[in-house]
Amino acid sequence: MSILVGGDTRLCVSGITGREGTFHALNNKRYGTNVVSGVTPGKGGQSVEGVPVFDTFHEAVAETGANTAMIFVPARFAADSITEAADAGIPTIVAITEGIPAHDELRVYTHLKRSTGVRLIGPNCPGVLSPGKANVGIIPADFFKEGNVGVVSRSGTLTYQIGNELAQSGFGNSSIVGIGGDPVPGSSFVDILQLFQEDPETELIVMAGEIGGSAEEEAAEYIAEHVTKPVVGYIAGFTAPPGKTMGHAGAIVSGTSGTAQAKADALEASNVRVGRTPTEVAEIAVATLGG
Amino acid sequence: MDLLEYQGKQLFARHGIPVPTGRPAMTVDEAVRAADSIGYPCVVKAQVQIGGRGKLGGIKVAANPDEVREHAGAILGMDIRGLKVHEVWIEEASEIEAEYYASIVFDRSAKAPYVILSTKGGMDIEQVAEEDPDALASLHVDPLLGFQEFHGRRLAFEAGVDADLVRPVTAMLRKLYDAFVAEDAMLVEVNPLIVTPERELRALDAKVTLDGNALFRHPESAALRDPSAEDPQEQMAKERGLTYVKLDGDIGILGNGAGLVMSTLDVVAQAGGRPANFLDAGGGSKADAIVAAVEVILSDDKVRAVLFNIFGGITRCDEVAKGLIEAFDQVQPRVPFVVRLDGTNDEEGRRLLAEAALPNLHVEGTMLGGARRVVELAAATPSEAR
Repeated sequence: MSILVGGDTRLCVSGITGREGTFHALNNKRYGTNVVSGVTPGKGGQSVEGVPVFDTFHEAVAETGANTAMIFVPARFAADSITEAADAGIPTIVAITEGIPAHDELRVYTHLKRSTGVRLIGPNCPGVLSPGKANVGIIPADFFKEGNVGVVSRSGTLTYQIGNELAQSGFGNSSIVGIGGDPVPGSSFVDILQLFQEDPETELIVMAGEIGGSAEEEAAEYIAEHVTKPVVGYIAGFTAPPGKTMGHAGAIVSGTSGTAQAKADALEASNVRVGRTPTEVAEIAVATLGG
Repeated sequence: MDLLEYQGKQLFARHGIPVPTGRPAMTVDEAVRAADSIGYPCVVKAQVQIGGRGKLGGIKVAANPDEVREHAGAILGMDIRGLKVHEVWIEEASEIEAEYYASIVFDRSAKAPYVILSTKGGMDIEQVAEEDPDALASLHVDPLLGFQEFHGRRLAFEAGVDADLVRPVTAMLRKLYDAFVAEDAMLVEVNPLIVTPERELRALDAKVTLDGNALFRHPESAALRDPSAEDPQEQMAKERGLTYVKLDGDIGILGNGAGLVMSTLDVVAQAGGRPANFLDAGGGSKADAIVAAVEVILSDDKVRAVLFNIFGGITRCDEVAKGLIEAFDQVQPRVPFVVRLDGTNDEEGRRLLAEAALPNLHVEGTMLGGARRVVELAAATPSEAR
């Protein structure tokens, strides 16, 4: 088992004819992901190395049975593309695009929450990898192997760093989920923690948060009440000054709220062990799993 | 992106929110000309993004041109909590009968705009919430429904707005909400929102934060500048398309990916060092981006050592190594560099670096090892090498 993407994934890539879109769609396909179609308005009828391209998501779904969408279009078109995928009935949407305006994200989030059964991962995220099964996004799959550690993170490279340290200790992953660094992510830590808790293959969960917002605090509350599997936490941004956006649009300490310390404290209060460095996170995870 | 008061007021005015007449000025002569056209008495206000300007001498009333000259002369160039005043805003003096407060914030946790109205303005809203909660009303607005008349009425009645002002306050909040959405704001705050003796409302101050990701559809806002908040390195990085935040330490940092860079800063701090900056070279960094990044990092003359922490995913370590070699060739840094390369093409990257045998460049195998090494090297770097 794994979560969100796996052997039954049928992927349709929005923006497949763009340079990045082509590169990563084919990369995902080479990994073994079932990439069934792509969407680029005006380029219907073409193909990208054998993957058929359609003008609309509705056609792509009707013709190829796509059940997962990956959004690779530029920020100004991304909100439209996400809602189109949802309207075409695609239940799992992974948005890689960075730089979508926060108000657009808010409208999309609110709309999707009301259309039952649609799950958005991202935007501004590296995607989801279920090692050995499917890769939807830009996570470098070579560093990860199959295993029983579920990882959920707001940051891409930080996830690779932690995953790599785990791999060096001999541990693999059930799924690795990047929820993205924007102010209004489609899925929160809580959403993904719930999926990992329900996934029989996942025995331990690593969650890597960062400054800004209150998603880690909400996760801490959820863990205390609903998660029985061990969780190891990490928070980036202890040295971030208030009022400065640290790379991710959502990574900002506003006044005294959203600090790394408050998040680490909240997690520890829920009996989550928080590593102070990525290395320590891997060490705690390994010790917990009896490595 | 935070706007200056007058930039916020000009934005308000475009959305029909009443603001006092005013004009910006960068010199004393400009200030006097602005005051002459506005009339007396007028107010000279320092334009810096900091609260409590008035108490620090940044806001003065002038009754005539001589007083404008005197006040503008004192305020322009003044240092207000570390920010130099480059501009003043000259505005007609307002008569104040009552002070209210209104704001809308983008509430990330509730995933909805959050509107606050208070009949106690001119003071810190947290203080009002604590001392006089009945004078404050707030609610979330469904982003797909937008601000309705009832939202305004509810806020006005609950905050205890005078009966004759319920309609005008409702209308004003509606315009503020429209501005918030239309301008892609993360925050709009009016404190104080004044009531004049003629029972008219006016925004006497304006605090506006815009979403940097939405500036592509607001060219007017994208062109706005705040010279007092601009740091030379941050400006240079912006021009080169790099994500850079200046910090106050002496260890330059470059990494790829916001989370990894934040984590690198933390690990360096834990190792006893003080980071000089946050710099995310981004995914897929090519050699020329690395050269530009090195130039920006070294333009901060406090930097005594530099740490590169790369975990290659899309970013290829051999590209980073090539960029570093090119940067050494072009910039010839005088401070030590510590480089940690892991991930895509890391062996090739390390081989290129070994072959180039760059002076004072140290390769480390792990993030933690790199952090410890750079802290040692920074401490050992004599100040004349800077």
